[in-house]
Amino acid sequence: MVELQADEPRNGLPIVVGGCTLSEVPFRVLTSVSPYKGKETQLSEALVKAHGMRLAAPNRSTGKADARCVWFGHGQVLLIGPKPDKGLAKSAAIVEQSDSWVSLRLQGAEAPDVLARLTSIDLRSAVFKRGHTARTELRHMMVSITRVGQEAFEVMAFRSMAETLQHDLQDAMESVAAQG
Amino acid sequence: MRIKCPLCGERDRREFYYQGDAIALQRPDADAPAADWDDYLHNRDNIAGVTRDLWHHETGCGAWLVVTRNTNTHEILAAALASDEVSA
Repeated sequence: MVELQADEPRNGLPIVVGGCTLSEVPFRVLTSVSPYKGKETQLSEALVKAHGMRLAAPNRSTGKADARCVWFGHGQVLLIGPKPDKGLAKSAAIVEQSDSWVSLRLQGAEAPDVLARLTSIDLRSAVFKRGHTARTELRHMMVSITRVGQEAFEVMAFRSMAETLQHDLQDAMESVAAQG
Repeated sequence: MRIKCPLCGERDRREFYYQGDAIALQRPDADAPAADWDDYLHNRDNIAGVTRDLWHHETGCGAWLVVTRNTNTHEILAAALASDEVSA
C-alpha cells in the first residue's frame, strides 16, 4: 500500500515584515464537537475530565497551546490538539476536521493593525483579549480568529484557501509596514 | 447597516445573507389545506414598514437569525436566533 505523507498546506513561511511575523501552525488534530440538545454541561464535564478544559462559551476559547477548545460557531466548538476522548461522543457529535483547515499565526505589536485592514471587527487588546475568539470575515473569506497571546493571533481558514489567506495577510503586513 | 447577532454581537451587513420572510419557520401540517400551503410557499406581503425576515450569519457563527427590520428607515429593531424562535 502507498504510504501517503502529511504535507503542510503553505510553503515559504515564516515571513517577517515590519514588526510582524507570519508563520504556519504545524499540523494538529482538529475535531469539531457539537453538543446534543441540553447536553452542554455533560459535555463540559467530559472535556474537563478527558482534556483538562471546559467547553468554550460563545466568542471564547479555553485550554492552552497544546490542547485548546475554541468556540467555532452556533452550537459548535473545535477541539485542537488532542485526539478526542471516546467519552465525548455520549454528549456531542464528533467530526474529524484535521485536514480541512489551515492555521496561520500572526505575531507582533502591529498584528491588530494588520488584521484591521482585512476584517471589520475590533481586535485591539482592550476589547479582544487573550482567549477571545471570533468567527468573522477576512476580505471575503470566512475565518476563525483567536487571540492566543499578548501580541499573537491564530487565523484559521479553509485549507483550500491557504494561499489566499497568506497572500491577504502578507499584503496587509506590507501595507502597515510601508505606511506606518 | 449592522445587525446585532445574538451570539457574535454587532456585525457588518456583509457577514450576513438574506433569505426571506420568517414565515418559513411556520411550516403548515402535512395535511393542511392547499390554501395554507399556497400562503406558506408563495404569497408574501410587500410591506413598507416593519418586517420579520430570515438572515444567515454566513461568514460568522453560521446561525439563522430572525431579524425585525424597518424597510422605510433600514433600522434593525431586533435579531434573535431562529432556533430559539422555533422552540419557543
